[in-house]
Amino acid sequence: MSMSMSMSDNNQPILKVENIHVHYGSIHAIKGISFEVKKGEIISLIGANGAGKSTTLNTISCLLHPTSGSISFLGETLAKIQPHKVVEKGLAQVPEGRRVFAQMTVQENLEMGAYTQTNAHDNAEELEKVFALFPRLQERRKQIAGTLSGGEQQMLAMGRALMSRPKLLMLDEPSMGLAPILVEQIFDIIADLHKTGATILLVEQNAQMALSIASRGYVLETGRIVTTGTGQELLSSPAIKKAYLGG
Amino acid sequence: MVFLNFFISGISLGSIYAIIALGYTMVYGIAKMLNFAHGDVIMVGAYVCFYAIARYNLPPVLGVLIAMLLCTFLGIIVERLAYKPLRQAPSLAVLITAIGVSYFLQNAALLLWSSNPKVFPSIIGRGAYKLFDGALSVSHVTVLTIVTCLVIMIVLSLFINKTRLGKAMRACSEDKSAAQLMGINVNATISLTFAIGSGLAAVAGALLCSAYPTLMPTTGSLPGIKAFTAAVFGGIGSIPGAFLGGLMLGVIEIFAKAYISSQLSDAVVFAVLIIVLLVKPAGLLGKQVTEKV
Repeated sequence: MSMSMSMSDNNQPILKVENIHVHYGSIHAIKGISFEVKKGEIISLIGANGAGKSTTLNTISCLLHPTSGSISFLGETLAKIQPHKVVEKGLAQVPEGRRVFAQMTVQENLEMGAYTQTNAHDNAEELEKVFALFPRLQERRKQIAGTLSGGEQQMLAMGRALMSRPKLLMLDEPSMGLAPILVEQIFDIIADLHKTGATILLVEQNAQMALSIASRGYVLETGRIVTTGTGQELLSSPAIKKAYLGG
Repeated sequence: MVFLNFFISGISLGSIYAIIALGYTMVYGIAKMLNFAHGDVIMVGAYVCFYAIARYNLPPVLGVLIAMLLCTFLGIIVERLAYKPLRQAPSLAVLITAIGVSYFLQNAALLLWSSNPKVFPSIIGRGAYKLFDGALSVSHVTVLTIVTCLVIMIVLSLFINKTRLGKAMRACSEDKSAAQLMGINVNATISLTFAIGSGLAAVAGALLCSAYPTLMPTTGSLPGIKAFTAAVFGGIGSIPGAFLGGLMLGVIEIFAKAYISSQLSDAVVFAVLIIVLLVKPAGLLGKQVTEKV
């Protein structure tokens, strides 16, 4: 990682997580994780249930605070700041289980995504972009979000996060509970977003899908990173195949 | 005609309950707590209004505005000092704290303003409109109360449904962490909710004491409990529910007083509440909340 010194600014990490530890009371959930995300990358964090993937994302979003270690975003340390401030800095998270505002309309959900952005003209433009990416959402813009299907809710949660025009988009288990065809559709959209220059941190149990689109991946096991490599390297690693890809 | 007279009185009393119930229901919707000190904020508002009008001879409108301003601050301060430190605590701890704040406000009022009842000067005089050749008499206070309640309801609905801050409040009431992930400042939103609820309580205090002019440190308790009942009746957390619940409670109470027994009127009100909750456990307009997996 020290070679970033000799590279151009574009290769400076957007997000740098250094040796963070996170506790829930007496439970030591994250035991010293370090990784980084560079501009334009898709980084996949894979691992089983309880490995600490969501905890890591929630710590980056400052919903949780690390007991030690540091996180820096765009060169600025995220220490003890409130979660809503993190969004203003350009970090958006699509939470696990989508967490759309079920009693609000699709359009209102998207407006909430743009809460930190007060320029009405830019917001209207961004809304058009989101609708271009997810035409389903445009068809259902007046519908109450709770009545959408799981796949549509995932699209809404992603569109909502994009409305804040994030510099880093974090996705927590976007495939959760979706039919295989929808999972493919969601991953196609993630890959498309990446092509248009978005920087993405993806957390997934579906290792096959997550690694196939990843620039680099990290494997998490009970609060520690055990393996790292490019998406292709990890996909072809026998140990990873055995543990995460069903042989 | 007598029936109509009772009905109008009921709507008027119900309007006051509705304004108070809005405070309960908004705070519950967002902070998920029952602020039992809300009734006592009404009393503080009424005292401030009383002193402004009766002692300092300020115009009633100014008196009400000062009361609203002070109660808004009181609401924010109470939330900051008493409830915010308990954000992660079990709801029972918060409930007991709210009851404690209620007693604190009553006793502070007792020290400051003594237990001697004060005669509240009506903010609009004691006149009445005579309709149908005097067969129906509707006091100015009654009309003012109903109109105020309607205006508050309309303005609040527009605020909640159309403005950025109002939508953020709805987002917080649904899911606080998701709201934070949108960049919404949840603590500020909770403060805003207490501010609005307490400002409305001051209005309710001025209207209540204009209709029932005896002002004591315990003046807010019973209307507070009744309005809480109204909020549950309509579906706690629902703003139209608070409005509907308040109006219905007022009408039922006045009819029960008029046609059944004035001693039993509260019993009748609560009996109706129990029946409604048996049929619709979430209240008239409440949403059945299903636990998320």
